[in-house]
Amino acid sequence: MALSNVVETPASGFNFENVSRNVALKGLLEGGHTKAPKPMKTGTTIAGLVCKDGVVLGADTRATSGEVVADKMCAKIHYISPNMYCCGAGTAADTEKTTDLLSSNLTIFSMNSGRNPRVVMAVNILQDMLFRYRGQIGASLILGGVDCTGNHLYTVGPYGSIDNVPYLAMGSGDLAALGILEDRFKPNMELEEAKELVRDAIHSGIMSDLASGNNIDICVITKQGVDYIRPYQESEYKDKRQRRYKYRPGTTSILTEKIVPLELEVVQETVQRMDTA
Amino acid sequence: MNTRGLRSQLKDSVPVTGMGQHIGAYGVQDTLRSGFSSVKNELLPSHALELSEKNFQLNQDKMNFSTLRNIQGLHAPLKLQMEYRAARQIQRLPFLQSSHLALDTLKGNDESISFEDILNDPAQSEMVGEPHIMVEYKLGLM
Repeated sequence: MALSNVVETPASGFNFENVSRNVALKGLLEGGHTKAPKPMKTGTTIAGLVCKDGVVLGADTRATSGEVVADKMCAKIHYISPNMYCCGAGTAADTEKTTDLLSSNLTIFSMNSGRNPRVVMAVNILQDMLFRYRGQIGASLILGGVDCTGNHLYTVGPYGSIDNVPYLAMGSGDLAALGILEDRFKPNMELEEAKELVRDAIHSGIMSDLASGNNIDICVITKQGVDYIRPYQESEYKDKRQRRYKYRPGTTSILTEKIVPLELEVVQETVQRMDTA
Repeated sequence: MNTRGLRSQLKDSVPVTGMGQHIGAYGVQDTLRSGFSSVKNELLPSHALELSEKNFQLNQDKMNFSTLRNIQGLHAPLKLQMEYRAARQIQRLPFLQSSHLALDTLKGNDESISFEDILNDPAQSEMVGEPHIMVEYKLGLM
């Protein structure tokens, strides 16, 4: 149906039409003691460190929505390019979408130029994108990768701030994880030692922070390739729910069996032909 | 990077026009979409990003052209803007979807994906305008 009040095609991108309506609705809801639904956050522990042969990234797998665990096996380590992976903390949808966009942009670039993208390029794209939206996109990311210039680990904050450091932790459990990393980090560690250290850092985040938990994922990026170990360690408090509540035949033992035949006599018989043509 | 030429950003930024109210059915304001009509609603944006997003492309272009002029002289932005104008003229009528292929290639938008390409695709918008009214609006007759 053609409307006569539409004079221009609507612009693409973000649409702010419903903002004032949402604010008004929220006021109405809170007054009536109902709560507006909360977005799913990944209130997280993510950590990364640079070792001798590459970069090791680690993350827990819990996603919370308010006080409820929304996802027990959330994947927080996102693929960016064959030589780069990114851990994301903050609002789950925002980290997903931002890393997806970044990955698409880098794929287009590598197809155009025929080169593998460098980590600094990814960081600059992220920085521009997040600063443009002035922190309204709630994504704190740890980007790690191996390119022709070496092994790199960067952190990008929601307002677009970046930091290039050998070891990092972000998310709500970052203080606990950073404590472990500060204590035992040494430059040029061996791969196995680095994996153990990241595991311990995430573990301490899980133990000390309510919003982190469940399993630990580890991603090892080296010049030879990527090893995405999911899960690296499963939590001891696994779900022991049954899922199937049907009992097998023979679960109840039969003690006695008594058969009583029912005596019937034919009272009336009618035959009706069926038309099978 | 988006932080070049901050001084030029101050000088040449795009002037603010009122936040347009949505005229709904029967010619009165669409209360559901834009709230109750008030002077504050017309002047101030409802979201922190509304103003900066509305003018983002324009501001970027101004900044880039201004930096280019400072580095290479007046001829560089002049030539580029001439090409942009030429590419902007080869569009379809306003109520049809144009691909903006030449304009996108000149601006470099064919090599990147951002939220403009994913969200609110105009080709899939639910509301279609009346062709005559849209052409009249574009020509300034309305």
